[in-house]
Amino acid sequence: MKELIEKLKQKDQKALAKLITYVENNEDTSFIEELPSSGSKIIGITGSPGAGKSSLVDAIITKLREAGKTVGIIAIDPSSPFTGGAFLGDRIRMKKHFLDDGVFIRSMGSGNSLGGLNESIFDVIKLMDTFGFDYILIETVGAGQSEIDVVFASDVVILVLSPGNGDEIQLLKAGIMEIGDIYVINKADLDGANSLKVQLEYTLSFSNVKKPIIETIATSGVGVDKLVESINDCFYNFSKNGELKKRLNRRIKKHAETIVLKKVKHIINSKETKSVSSLVTETIKSLCNMV
Amino acid sequence: MEKKIRVLIAKPGLDGHDRGAKVVSKALRDAGMEVIYTGLRQTPEQIVKAAIQEDVDVIGLSILSGAHMSICKKVLDLMEENGIENIPVFVGGIIPEDDARELKKMGIKEVFGPGTPLSKIVERIKGLFAEV
Repeated sequence: MKELIEKLKQKDQKALAKLITYVENNEDTSFIEELPSSGSKIIGITGSPGAGKSSLVDAIITKLREAGKTVGIIAIDPSSPFTGGAFLGDRIRMKKHFLDDGVFIRSMGSGNSLGGLNESIFDVIKLMDTFGFDYILIETVGAGQSEIDVVFASDVVILVLSPGNGDEIQLLKAGIMEIGDIYVINKADLDGANSLKVQLEYTLSFSNVKKPIIETIATSGVGVDKLVESINDCFYNFSKNGELKKRLNRRIKKHAETIVLKKVKHIINSKETKSVSSLVTETIKSLCNMV
Repeated sequence: MEKKIRVLIAKPGLDGHDRGAKVVSKALRDAGMEVIYTGLRQTPEQIVKAAIQEDVDVIGLSILSGAHMSICKKVLDLMEENGIENIPVFVGGIIPEDDARELKKMGIKEVFGPGTPLSKIVERIKGLFAEV
């Protein structure tokens, strides 16, 4: 373990990969806290299935690499609730970066998590941060209306929309529509892109904070320059107005919550089923005994 | 926590017939494994790099182009160069029996020809995982 961590600090990709597997499969990952941070910029990318998240990630990687930045990618796809298995296919869209040593792509199943990420996400982010990527991109599972955990993991959230996913009533709903710092209308060459933009502008005009809307065609790279510029603006503003610090604190809290919840689940599952109230009392007792 | 078996399914070479790779991927998924599918026309270098980053337990190559001998050799050599020769590799595709024997001598753990029951593939991969 010590050896792996040393290698991680020396930017050994194999060590990073092994450590990610370790935190995915072990309950106690407290060693993570001791690791140094390199100050990676963490970007969450979410949106409905097929909106073009992976293709957009691919296009963003290209731009960041042109600027000489290194990038770590965590690409999450759903795990089966029945078998636990998963088909992880985000990587396919990022083929052209496979041989680039400045890019590291890791696919993960969502596991038991319902928020669009994976329970180990915070540990994996920290490992990539210690490794020293300039940017970490987190691609969520295809998200519906309430899979919003990406907010707790990232510094900046990009919400990817594409034409044909409903009318402005969808845009007015709470949940995922609120979490974007940057809104992307991908597949901007398709019918309906313009009316989506008008509706989105209209919806966003209700809020006090002005948020950018960027039109892209991820597969041909159109609009991606503008998107990356917008991302960097966002980081600049957030570091000035203290938002980054706030989000870091939020991330730490959510990480702690995740660890506690994991323990609670573990305890509840290990107890005999009697009544709800006895399970609650016994679980709290066991938790207290752990301290 | 029980460790999930992570399998890389890749299609090296130039043929575009990925039905087999997809059917096997889905069967492995349904058997509770995490399948990382890298898509068509992968070079051995890309496959080995993906295997390292994804820290997979098993690698599956689907080859229907007839170039299995040279592709497999290249993949195995590169794996050794990168210190991941301990990951078992299996091959699926139309492979003549003589070639299959050669491939196994070369270090390929298993060759699955047309008509292999999916249940057999699943069991064998579980076996390969347990052996490592």
